[in-house]
Amino acid sequence: MLMIDCPWCGNRDESEFMYGGEGNIVRPQDPESISDDSWSDYLFMRKNTKGLYMEQWLHSYGCRRWFLAERETVSYEILNTHKIGEINPESKS
Amino acid sequence: MRGAYRLNSGGRLDRDRPLEFTFNGRIYSGYVGDTLASALLANGVRLVGRSFKYHRPRGIVGSGSEEPNALVQLGKNPRTSPNQIATQIELYDGLSASSVNCWPSVKFDIRSLTGMFSSLLPPGFYYKTFMWPRFLWGLYELILRRSGGYGVAPDMKDPDRYDKINAHCDVLIVGSGPAGLSAAVEAGRTGARVILVDEQAEFGGSILNANENYHKSHGMNWVSSILDELKLMPEVTLLPRSTAFGYYDHNFVGVLERVTDHSSISDGLSPRQRIWRVRAKEVVLATGSIERPLVFQNNDRPGVMLASSVSAYINRYAVKLGSSAVVFTNNDSAYSSVLDLLSSGVDVAGVIDPRPKPNGTLPNIVRSHGVPIFDSSVIVDVKGSKNIRAVELMNIDYDSKKIYGKSHKLRCDLVAVSGGWNPTVHLHSQSGGTLRYDVSKSCFVPGINSQNEQSVGSCNGTFDLKECIDDGIKAGSRAAYATGFGVGEWSENTACTDFQTEDPLCPMWKVPSSGNESKWTKQFVDFQTDTSSSDIYIAAREGYESIQHVKRYTTLGMGNDQGKLGNINGIGILADALGQDISDIGTTTFRPNYTPISYGALAGPDKGILFDPVRKTAIHEWHEAAGAKFENVGQWKRPWFYPRGREFMEEAVERECLAVRESVGVLDASTLGKIDIKGPNATDFLERVYTNSWRKLQVGQCRYGLMLGEDGMVMDDGVTAKLEDDHYLMHTTSSGAGNVMNWLELWLQTEWPDLNVYLTSVTDQWATIQINGPNSRNLLSKICEGIDLTNDAFPYMAVRRGVVAGVQARIFRVSFVGELSYEINVNADYGLHLWESVIGAGKNYGITPFGTEAMHLLRAEKGYVIVGQDTDGSMTPSDLGMNWIITKRKDDFLGKRSLSREDSIRTDRKQLVGLITEDPSTVIPEGSQVISSSSGSVPVPMLGHITSSYMSPTLGHSIALGFVEGGHSKLGEKVYVSINDSKVISAFISNPVFYDPQGKRQDV
Repeated sequence: MLMIDCPWCGNRDESEFMYGGEGNIVRPQDPESISDDSWSDYLFMRKNTKGLYMEQWLHSYGCRRWFLAERETVSYEILNTHKIGEINPESKS
Repeated sequence: MRGAYRLNSGGRLDRDRPLEFTFNGRIYSGYVGDTLASALLANGVRLVGRSFKYHRPRGIVGSGSEEPNALVQLGKNPRTSPNQIATQIELYDGLSASSVNCWPSVKFDIRSLTGMFSSLLPPGFYYKTFMWPRFLWGLYELILRRSGGYGVAPDMKDPDRYDKINAHCDVLIVGSGPAGLSAAVEAGRTGARVILVDEQAEFGGSILNANENYHKSHGMNWVSSILDELKLMPEVTLLPRSTAFGYYDHNFVGVLERVTDHSSISDGLSPRQRIWRVRAKEVVLATGSIERPLVFQNNDRPGVMLASSVSAYINRYAVKLGSSAVVFTNNDSAYSSVLDLLSSGVDVAGVIDPRPKPNGTLPNIVRSHGVPIFDSSVIVDVKGSKNIRAVELMNIDYDSKKIYGKSHKLRCDLVAVSGGWNPTVHLHSQSGGTLRYDVSKSCFVPGINSQNEQSVGSCNGTFDLKECIDDGIKAGSRAAYATGFGVGEWSENTACTDFQTEDPLCPMWKVPSSGNESKWTKQFVDFQTDTSSSDIYIAAREGYESIQHVKRYTTLGMGNDQGKLGNINGIGILADALGQDISDIGTTTFRPNYTPISYGALAGPDKGILFDPVRKTAIHEWHEAAGAKFENVGQWKRPWFYPRGREFMEEAVERECLAVRESVGVLDASTLGKIDIKGPNATDFLERVYTNSWRKLQVGQCRYGLMLGEDGMVMDDGVTAKLEDDHYLMHTTSSGAGNVMNWLELWLQTEWPDLNVYLTSVTDQWATIQINGPNSRNLLSKICEGIDLTNDAFPYMAVRRGVVAGVQARIFRVSFVGELSYEINVNADYGLHLWESVIGAGKNYGITPFGTEAMHLLRAEKGYVIVGQDTDGSMTPSDLGMNWIITKRKDDFLGKRSLSREDSIRTDRKQLVGLITEDPSTVIPEGSQVISSSSGSVPVPMLGHITSSYMSPTLGHSIALGFVEGGHSKLGEKVYVSINDSKVISAFISNPVFYDPQGKRQDV
């Protein structure tokens, strides 16, 4: 069971959280102007990274805040957690 | 009365406390301090079970968690447990156990005949034989199930209590042998919070089994002095009888404490077992090592035991194991067992050692006792079945590893074997650490760590006692220092200084033997699954190269001991068979649990009423008193229907429906999800999450909304009311409330931080009572103050505030059943009061409480879908015939873009339709498939399926909702619903709104 450092509450057991999949996926600015393929990429395509992965978690049995976590998918080590908006979505993968 | 094979003195037994126990129906005696295994051996019981595949007689091999054979059925219903390991069961008075896997008895097992035909049962036998012909599989399965299996599960409710506890510590130490105890006391001295766990009843690990002196004083004296010190440390927790069974992420370790298993008398307070969920900053693994058996012909005969276990039974349990023994070893450690055997009065006929002229300290001591050492020799066969009569020896050439010359026999009734030692790397491996093959020690040792843990002592491949203690001290100090305790220095090892010289071990995964693999079927590698060296060679011959595949093909290591004894030998044999290096083969994955864990312990207190929270509305007790039947909606209990007298469900539902259509019915709708939305951007927010427009909605008005996922599929629906310019109340489905809340928060927090909007879940704060039917206005007017209820002043889809039955209330004029309806919301504390007031005021109108079944039926008559019943996450608004709710005026809302995807605009998508059966009295079963013709060859193309189906009391015929390919253009067409291979129901596709299509009844 992971120990997750909620940026609002501190270290808590994984059982307090809900996983939200890949983090920092940017919703297209003008969906109507993009192709079906580009929209499908946004909808369905997710990275399956071996290594550092940016994902989002909800502290559902705590502060109920969504936040970002950088997790190493091999060792499961969580290197950093960030409040939403703390890091630029484009800056890290 | 002591067992006939009990030594007169010695051992860690309390001889003043004799115990009586039963095994296979016979009464025996033992002492406090015995295990079931040691007590059986002390009574001369060697035959304890039958093997899984060939039903060969088997005896006790080991003395701890590695034991593969002595699995017993322990206790009586309802407390009976299968597959308990006799070497780990502490003896208690009145213990009752029996052998598993034998029929009719352990001494005579009919299925042992299969052993005579073992060459007919090669690996993959079941795959190869029973897959064909397929139609006979049912018969095969019946026979196979009878011949397999280990013991029986209790068939009564578990009477015991189980507990779970969360624990946090700086340093967790697993194992209390020389290394673990050294680490614990060193870490404890720094003031760090330390937990020390050990699977045995007593601390001491290998010291308990050995007859070793530390500075001329017995090792247990050293153990006692350390324990005395640990017990005085307030931050140290000592957990005996506690197995660290799993090492999970982020230094989370599961520990099973057997609290009262060792006692026949329950104190009525303590749980039977307790799971400790330990989060440790640092972990020190001092889990020791398990001796490897040697693989030779008939090495599974009762009386062939691990040399270390032989020593354990002599030193710890004072058992005389036989009259004449041989010791077969490829290393020096087993020579100490020779000395132990001699001290217990057992004659040692010889030591058989494949190495030429072993010259270490221990072999020389053995020589000085006059015990013959047969060097450059191996055992090639064991004579005897339920008892050993002799072993057969041959010479071996050390370099070529070939046997030669003539064999000769050595009479004996006990064989102690040692093939070297396997470090117990299970927890290290589970933590994500790698393993490395150490050539000089011929074993796998921990490689690179993945978490904050260290392996010390023999689980790290350190077999020298002084080094084990040295390493333990350092590890304890380092672990404490890493967590902020101590200064990173460590004390000196004052425990022991003795040195013994040793000759290197002679690696031998399988004792060389004559002939080829077809003759090696009795050379057992894994006793529990009857895997022989022959099986592994055959697997290699048939093309299996990965150890993972060989494991599954041969069942090597697939017993509940998970190959603690046999796996490494099996890997070595595979390497030999393939001509590869053992380090290239690698190991199979070490998975939790280290030893089996009971379901009771895993469930803990989370069972029965505590399994899942139950949510009840404020009016629940009234429903119960009225005799309502309940249904589960998520965690909610909702009244399903209210039978009167001896009414059946259909009769009650019909009565409830007609009451709503003809007069007035009342529904407890408190479970409806309610989200309070506040903030200057509340309207903008609704514009983005709903498909329709909210800008023109006036304060005091309500609007129905459809919520889509970004994939354009319907996710939830409900009515949202505008209470103020910046204040809305959103209703969601009862079971979808939590998901919708998470979904809305996700968007607000991640994508739209610019919106100034606050969401609050208020589902539980409001009681919601719906009155439905033509008389609902008359009823409401009797108890409502301050609201003009006329249709003009309070029209359909409006919300008003007022006082109902003396309580502040919000009233929504909305309807899910297509009648004049009011939804009254009050503070949940007044819910029951309001309900009773409504019931009282409705007496004259024959007010009828109705449940979810009638509600579902009434809405189906109106063609309203229930999200989650009629929809399944693959329906667009268009599929539901709800294009009217998608505004063209908005540039964007969640899911909008997906509605124009190629797949979303297909005309042959499954679309919501009504179905009216040709025979009005036939009700189609929900979930049935819709097909286009009543005949034709199978498989018939499927057109769609039925999602809701009822007998409508209002209309007098059955109605159904379903999804049919291109259904919107098939109105009036005849289709068929498949019931089974020979029966179909014919029905006509209709508009899904069966009742009052103009919606006049709700708007009066």
